[in-house]
Amino acid sequence: MRVLGDIDLAEDAVQEAFATALRRWPVEGLPANPGGWITTTARNRAIDRLRRDARGQELLREMGALNPNPPDEPEVHPVTDDRLRLVFTCCHPALSTEARVALTLRLLGGLSTAEVARAFLVPEPTMAQRLVRAKRKIKAARIPYRIPADHELAGRLRPVLAVIYLVYNAGADRGPRDDIGTQLRHEAIRLARLLAALMADEPEVAGLLALLLLTEARRPARYTPDGSLVLLREQDRRRWDRSLIEEGHAIVRACLRRDRPGPFQVQAAIGAVHTDAGSVQTTDWGQIVALYDHLHALTPTPVVALNRAIAVAEVAGPAAALAVVDTLGLDGYHPFHATRGDLLSRLGRHDQAGQAYQRAAALASNPAERGYLTRRARELGG
Amino acid sequence: MAHYLLSVHTGPGSAGEPPTAEQMQDTMHRMSRLEDELKSSGAWLFSGRLAEADTATVVRGAGPDGTDVLTTDGPYLESKEHIGGFYVIAADDLDAALGWAAKVTAIIGAPIEVRPFAGLST
Repeated sequence: MRVLGDIDLAEDAVQEAFATALRRWPVEGLPANPGGWITTTARNRAIDRLRRDARGQELLREMGALNPNPPDEPEVHPVTDDRLRLVFTCCHPALSTEARVALTLRLLGGLSTAEVARAFLVPEPTMAQRLVRAKRKIKAARIPYRIPADHELAGRLRPVLAVIYLVYNAGADRGPRDDIGTQLRHEAIRLARLLAALMADEPEVAGLLALLLLTEARRPARYTPDGSLVLLREQDRRRWDRSLIEEGHAIVRACLRRDRPGPFQVQAAIGAVHTDAGSVQTTDWGQIVALYDHLHALTPTPVVALNRAIAVAEVAGPAAALAVVDTLGLDGYHPFHATRGDLLSRLGRHDQAGQAYQRAAALASNPAERGYLTRRARELGG
Repeated sequence: MAHYLLSVHTGPGSAGEPPTAEQMQDTMHRMSRLEDELKSSGAWLFSGRLAEADTATVVRGAGPDGTDVLTTDGPYLESKEHIGGFYVIAADDLDAALGWAAKVTAIIGAPIEVRPFAGLST
């Protein structure tokens, strides 16, 4: 795309090049530099196509004028560099958050427009329109296709990490045994791995990857075989994925040594403390409260304060935690009511707990969570 | 190279405390230095500051075959915020244009809309 300057054309050309590769490589064997081969083939394909129509002829002349010496020498890391550029184009702050997510899944994740539409519960024509509009803006406003310079990197990396995190959570929110949900979670982890490999100097990229790995590791124990939710304190920790945990812990340790903390690294460290313990009773809750204090200093939001209060309940008891929770204005957020329900029931205030669980169930969108919350409300006679 | 319109949006609410003569002078001074920078880098194509929006007049076609014109007082859009001034600049890409917009907004404290011209990129 850096060469072609046209996102649709580049996308089509790369797809054609992959198709050609699939036909030829099994017969002719792998080329010495498969990545470079794809880029070169895609570029040649695109140039062939441009030659076939008049608009293309004009574009080719412009490209010739812009770039008198097209690179003929074999490129060393063309595919990885090109993908990194594409991440920053798709997640440019001049695009809406919805458009960033949709473009990332479509162009980097390779999901079809229909799949992206299903993932975000919008009709396919709406999603197609969103993608067309975003691509038109990229072209018309000349959103650049390059890795930002060092002085702008921090600001530009933040929306990229936010998009990947959003993709993971969109997948996780879909509940157990949901193919699209699984696809989104795996895609988010794949993108985080790619970014971590390409930007090894950025501790928040590593932090995001570790956070996703340590969240994903606990996923097998999060639902019963019939699909209902299991809370952390009741989870069978033998079902956690040890290899993901080890990988996540190694990254968190590297982040601690580097000592340039950020919100994703602190959240990953919290995940590391949880996955370090054999049970809720042996969990180092003091450490978790301290990490939430740190996170709250970095991102002072009511949601962080709520999660901190959940840890406070384990250190200072449910009454102290409830006093904090009741000051948070999170009435439309179902975990707020679920947390109140839990703390109230631990304090023996069953009627109020039942009401809180009912409110939480009415707000929850994931059927497994809604099922759990409804059951708790019933048990408490709410 | 592409061309962009940087429009400065101002309204009664965006002003806050009326600036002192000294602050006005300082802003003007910094703006003229920025304009020198725009010009010496080759980015500047045109710029201008507009009179108050209530000095605008709208002309539209009227009559059965559109031969007549209807002239009305006031700006076209019923809005509290109006374009107070603008720059037309040439930039390599959107990031370069946003960079100039950030410099302008830092001086005048009002938001800037950055909009590409259609079909002018080379």
